[in-house]
Amino acid sequence: MPEDRAPHLHIPAPAIRPGDVPDFSHVKIPRAGEVRRPAPDTQPEDMRDLAFSIIRVLNRKGEAEGPWAGTLDDTSLLKGLRDMMTLRTYDARLMTAQRQGKCSFYMQHLGEEAISCAFQRALRPGDMNFPTYRQAGLLIAGGYPLVKMMNQVYSNDGDPVRGRQLPVFYSSKEHGFFSISGNLATQYVQAVGWAMAAAIKGDRKLSAAWIGDGSTAESDFHGALVFASTYKPPVILNIVNNQWAISTFQGIARGGAGTFAARAHGFGLPALRVDGNDYLAVHAASQWAVERARSDLGPTMIEFVTYRAGGHSTSDDPSAYRPKEEGAAWPLGDPILRLKSHLIHRGLWSDERHRQAEAEIQAEVIAAQKEAEAIGTLHSGQRPSPRDMFEDVFAVMPPHLVQQRHEVGY
Amino acid sequence: MTRMTMIEAIRDAHVVAMERDDTVIAMGEDVGYFGGVFRCTAGLQKRFGVERCFDTPISELGIVGTAVGMAAYGLKPIAEIQFADYMYPGYDQIVSEAARLRYRSAGEFTCPLVIRMPTGGGIFGAQTHSQSPEALFTHVAGLKTVVPSNPRDAKGLLLAAIADPDPVIFLEPKRLYNGPFDGHFDRPSVPWSKHPASEVETGYFEVPLGQAAVLREGTAATLITYGTMVHVALAAVAESGADVEVIDLRTLLPLDLDTISASVCKTGRCIVLHEATLTSGYGAEIVALVQRDCFYALETPVLRVAGWDTPYPHAQEIDYFPGPDRVRQAIATVMES
Repeated sequence: MPEDRAPHLHIPAPAIRPGDVPDFSHVKIPRAGEVRRPAPDTQPEDMRDLAFSIIRVLNRKGEAEGPWAGTLDDTSLLKGLRDMMTLRTYDARLMTAQRQGKCSFYMQHLGEEAISCAFQRALRPGDMNFPTYRQAGLLIAGGYPLVKMMNQVYSNDGDPVRGRQLPVFYSSKEHGFFSISGNLATQYVQAVGWAMAAAIKGDRKLSAAWIGDGSTAESDFHGALVFASTYKPPVILNIVNNQWAISTFQGIARGGAGTFAARAHGFGLPALRVDGNDYLAVHAASQWAVERARSDLGPTMIEFVTYRAGGHSTSDDPSAYRPKEEGAAWPLGDPILRLKSHLIHRGLWSDERHRQAEAEIQAEVIAAQKEAEAIGTLHSGQRPSPRDMFEDVFAVMPPHLVQQRHEVGY
Repeated sequence: MTRMTMIEAIRDAHVVAMERDDTVIAMGEDVGYFGGVFRCTAGLQKRFGVERCFDTPISELGIVGTAVGMAAYGLKPIAEIQFADYMYPGYDQIVSEAARLRYRSAGEFTCPLVIRMPTGGGIFGAQTHSQSPEALFTHVAGLKTVVPSNPRDAKGLLLAAIADPDPVIFLEPKRLYNGPFDGHFDRPSVPWSKHPASEVETGYFEVPLGQAAVLREGTAATLITYGTMVHVALAAVAESGADVEVIDLRTLLPLDLDTISASVCKTGRCIVLHEATLTSGYGAEIVALVQRDCFYALETPVLRVAGWDTPYPHAQEIDYFPGPDRVRQAIATVMES
């Protein structure tokens, strides 16, 4: 018989705080190539192990190993490296722009570039992402113009969403990028609905839901899984586990669950857990899930394991809650350096070409930035008209809004 | 023309809409095979198939959230929330998502969605089956809010709501589903079949959103109301013997302010009546607009008659419900001044 005791509140906490030596020895990392690749039509109950390991392709030497390797050709890999480098450069420029007061706020992707950049390569036109604020790689890899992105960040007169949204809350139907909501997790369930609509219409399209580790605690996440489990529409349920939800470590949202990916098992859905800093692994896992969706085999959950190397946003100071050296100690490395090393290993790339590409990208981003800033930044230049404030509340402006617009003088 | 109850009229609006547009679908708890706890979707699944009329899990956030995704895709979902009292888990999806999608994407993504929910009391449903949450919707930029008071309007307004390119909250006064109710709890129920508004056009027609109806013309005062209270108002006016004009708003947002202002400027006296709780209720909005537009025509202060500021009770429903006695009293007050 266990002892009769008063209950105590269990509050998970990270073992390492500022001042401590970073330690990720608790993160069990299998060798590259070690995790099996089941056939995409495998029943969820026959692949539960995939939710507790980490699918990896690139080893420390930059070699691609195992059954998940080989989903991308040379051109695609070179494009992938360029996409990630572009995203990182773009982020760096806009982080600085925020410090210069050119935009109110910014959120960077540092360390997480592979996830959105590689995922987008697995989709087709017509598919729809329901992203969070840290998946701009979906746009960059999809060829969306950098100038339009910057116009959005600056809320200038070229902003496609007319100055109505916080910086980085992009929207592009054409590029399969659903308008971002700042209320976390709400779009997870909308992605399921979008895929249900595709299934009702019999259209060969799929949707991808995106969420962070912290927001999986929202009921929208659980509601989404119930509906995905019930109707089995073509949706990919992505979780980006970057270890930190602002200052809260992932153990607060995960609770007693082994992994976030394992949440899928209770809903009878298959789940993969993937090295999010391995461009090849991210693409291979995404393609596996896409194949399932395109064969009417239903939803797949993917947990991308990564590390948020920067702050949550320009309003955050991570040194207050985690050691500064923690990012450097993250055992899955830097996604750009890992793909670079792979391409060099393959004879497709060199340090020299990398430096050259860096310079080209820097010039490209600066040119785009100049073009955007010529239109305006948050507090200078041309901004959307106050008239725009009243548009698009409804398709047709009702009388009370017309009257209020007149009161503003428009 | 066919005689219909409000339930039959709502069902008929679904049938007509689903016949003419195959992107219209119906979904909600118990909506599919069974046809809804109030039977508003009975027979739709059999007629249109399981992909166009289906049961959902008991998750209002899931119902509204998936419906937002479907609407953004290009379908026209009609989502039923079983009771308006249950909508709160889906409220974030309504307020932060459905209402704002067009705005925040500058028209790139839209949300042509109808969310139906039975509203109001009069059936001894206590606090979880009686609420009137309309002010929680009219306060939100980007939503339209509709409350029919009879079968004909219910069908025409629902068809207009389905045709609308924006999200519409469609509140169905559940006490009116099977017959008009004048607030006299001690009298036998009356069926719709004896009421002229149970004569409903067959096929497609719309009652445009944003147009109020003057149900009784009068010169002595204006009584503004909607939903179940329309019938209470008409009964109270008849019992009072005063020549009161009665306006059924039908749509709360967009509001038909012209009809209201014209009436109050004519009569100089105004009462606003609703079943929802008084404080910060929709009536406050009407009163503010009436004093702005009709200030110099007003002979007396504008009065509100509403539910008390308590949760909707069970045993005391008759004391809570703003019935004809309270309305008559208000009429007497404005006429005395």
